[in-house]
Formats: sequence, C-alpha cells, structure tokens
Amino acid sequence: MEAVLDNIGLVGWAFAHTVLLFLFSGVLSLLLGTFLVALRVGPVVVLQRAAATYVTVVRNTPLLIILMFFQFAAPKLGVTFNFIDVQWGEVSMTSFFGAAVVSLSLYTSTFVCEALRSGVNSVPLGQAEAARAIGLSFGGVMSQVVLPQAYRASVPPLASVQIALLKNTTVAGVFGVMEALARMRILTNNFTGQKIGIFLAFAIVFVVLVEVLSFLASRLERRWRIA
Amino acid sequence: MTALEKQPEAPAAGEPLVVLDGVNKWFGKLHVLQDINISIKRGEVVVVIGPSGSGKSTLCRAINRLETIDQGSIALDGDPLPQEGKALAALRADVGMVFQSFNLFAHKTILENVTLGPIKVRKKPKAEAEAKARELLDRVGVGVQAEKYPAQLSGGQQQRVAIARALAMEPKVMLFDEPTSALDPEMIKEVLDVMVSLAKGGMTMIVVTHEMGFARTAADRVIFMSDGAIVEENTPHEFFTNPQSARAKDFLGKILKH
Repeated sequence: MEAVLDNIGLVGWAFAHTVLLFLFSGVLSLLLGTFLVALRVGPVVVLQRAAATYVTVVRNTPLLIILMFFQFAAPKLGVTFNFIDVQWGEVSMTSFFGAAVVSLSLYTSTFVCEALRSGVNSVPLGQAEAARAIGLSFGGVMSQVVLPQAYRASVPPLASVQIALLKNTTVAGVFGVMEALARMRILTNNFTGQKIGIFLAFAIVFVVLVEVLSFLASRLERRWRIA
Repeated sequence: MTALEKQPEAPAAGEPLVVLDGVNKWFGKLHVLQDINISIKRGEVVVVIGPSGSGKSTLCRAINRLETIDQGSIALDGDPLPQEGKALAALRADVGMVFQSFNLFAHKTILENVTLGPIKVRKKPKAEAEAKARELLDRVGVGVQAEKYPAQLSGGQQQRVAIARALAMEPKVMLFDEPTSALDPEMIKEVLDVMVSLAKGGMTMIVVTHEMGFARTAADRVIFMSDGAIVEENTPHEFFTNPQSARAKDFLGKILKH
C-alpha cells in the first residue's frame, strides 16, 4: 500500500487517463451505437444488412485484436492518429490514446447497438404508428418517439455495457497509454514486496469508479421512469 | 363542448375528398379488402360498421397508408396516395388518425403530445403551438391535465387528448379506428360527445365503430362491411330501420337486441 500512497500523484494521473479514455469512448460508442441501431431498424434493407454485419464482425472480434489492428496494421494502411497530440499536466493524449479511443468506441458501439435494439423492440408498435400518423419522417419518428423510449428501457443494459467499457480501458495500457493498468504494472515491478497491496488499491479504485457509474445509471433510471 | 363546432373548415363542401377506387388487399391468401369503391365528400361523416375481421380497420388504416394496398387507388383531395418518403409524411400530416389504443407518446406530457406535430412537422413556433394546443385541450375537456403524462390519465381522457393531437395538425379528414372499443362504458360517452361536436362542426370523418348510437346521431352515411367487402351503404335511418342484405339483418339483429 505504501508504494501507492508514496506515488499517489502518478496513480491519480493514471486514473485520469482511464477516466478520459472512458469518457471519450463512452460518448462516441453511444453516438455510433445509436446510429447503428437506426440503420438496423430502418427501412433500407442494404443498410440494415450492413449494420448487422458490422455488429457481427466487430462484436465477435476480441478487443485486444481490434486494438492491435489500430496500433500496428492500420498505420500501414495509412490510418494513423499522429495528428492527436495533447498534453495536459501529466496526461498525454497521443496517437496511442487516439487509437485506443477509436478501438474501444468501435467495439463498444456494437454492444450499445444491441442493448438499444432490445429497447426499440420494447416500444409498442402503436407509438411509431401514431408518430407516423402525425406526419413525422422516419428520422422524426426515431428521434422524437422511438429512441427516447428505447433509451429509457435500455438504461440497465446500457449501464452494463458502459461498465464493461470502463474496465476494458485497461487494455490500452498494453499499448502505450499510461492509464491505471500500465501504472500498476510499473509499481508492482518496482515494489515487488507490495504486490498484493498495490493490486488491492487499484481494484478498490475501479470498484469505486464503477459504483459511481451504476449510481448515476440508477438515478437516470428513476428520473426517466414513465409516470 | 360547443366550441368544437367552430372548426375551421375548407371551402367547397360537397366535393369528393377521399376516393377509393377498386381497392384490393390480401394478407397471404386472405382477401381482406375486396374491390372497395367509396367516395367521401368534404364535410361528410361516414361510419363503417361490421363484424370483427370484416376489414373495417384495415380500410381505415389504408387511407393514411399505415396499411399498403395491393390493387386499386386511394386519392385524397384529388391526389393519389404517395408511396413513401416526404410526400407520404405530408399526406399523413393532413389526415388525422385516432387509434383504438390511444397511442399517446408515453414519454411526453399531454401538452408535448399535442404540440409535437405542429412544431416538428408544421414548423410552428413553440409558443404558438402551445397556445393552440391548450385551446384544443380545453375544448376536449382535459386542459387542466396538460402537464401530466399519459399514464396518469384515464382511458377516456387519453382518447380525448389523442383527438386533440390529431386536430392540432388541422387535418382535412379525421380517421377513427374503433376509438371507444378499449374504453369503460362510462368513458365512452365523453369521447363520443367530442366526436359528435366535431361532426357537427363540419369535419370530414371516417369512423370505424361499434357505437350504433353515434352512427344514428352523427353519421351522414353508414357503410356495412363483411368479409372484406362493402355489403351495404345507406343513410343511418334507412340502414338501421330497413337493412337490405341478409348479412346486415343478421348483424343488426345480434347487436341491437340482447
């Protein structure tokens, strides 16, 4: 434990990376997942199939492989994130960070899409019919009536997906982002006698972060409960 | 409720507004609409009755293309129904629809339910849409409920909100698909009262219903359907007192005497 307390600043900055990875990927995965579900339930068959294929391929690929692709293979194809270079205190957001955010977002968006699709299926058909009957277009029906209700119905599974994302950010530590896992490995290597304490400390912080997330989710669930 | 009678109505009452010509539809092998020809004049109130499964609801839903048809044509105000896209959305905005199960938007307040169409489809300013919505809600007698959510209202109140929501679009014609079938008996009257005053106000209405009392008081014409076809068409008085077909006699015998 002392190793953690003595290096509390470094540990803090490491978790700042974790939280930033989560926030960027979380928002992007929600946006992309919403877009995917709109394609999947939309009227254009080609787009339905394209979205379904994307979900199948990306969801069935291990996250580690997706990250390796963006770190090693994508640059050879000309896809790089070298344009990202932000320094803020000890936080450094570089091409590694960019590749991690993109990988995590693409991967998580497939789970967001499926969680939302179960929510869309729970919205009674009559809601969409009534929305069409007042002259809303497909986009209007989705954005005004179906998706808002689908989000409300999907809060618990979406929270699980986002919690998984928060923990998945540790994979980025393997690829040059100095987030919690990377810092933990350095500490356990330097203070081999305190391994258990270091593990415990990092685990506790993750538990607290996830707890905050589930608290927010249950707040949202209560606030959005349809009277 | 008399305020409802002051509905703004398009000029030139009497010309055909909704015309169905040779409409056929199949659900698989089931021929649910069989060669339907109807012409409904502006300002006319047509009540469609018939036993369950006779195709009345399908007919009603076909008029704003919630159901597609396989043959024939449906025209509104002289223009054939568009296939899809923006033109279809524009048509639906001009056709008010009231459903059996109300279908109020569950996550929106009563006021938001009524203003959604005017704001998003008619592009009206929010304040104007809200003023108009409150006026309509007052007319149908649920003005004090404006800030509540649909689930907090009774069925009869919800259905009256649904009528206000449709009226807010200033439709050319109103379709009612069994509007009172999901209601308790005591709530049926409050909904029918609203519909009767709408009818008196000159609104063109197509009403699928089992309420014979409404047909007698408010309808200009009764269409009797059975097994997907129009069997009989007459004024309410003639139809109820002197039905021509055996099928209609049988149906009326069952529902009028019990």
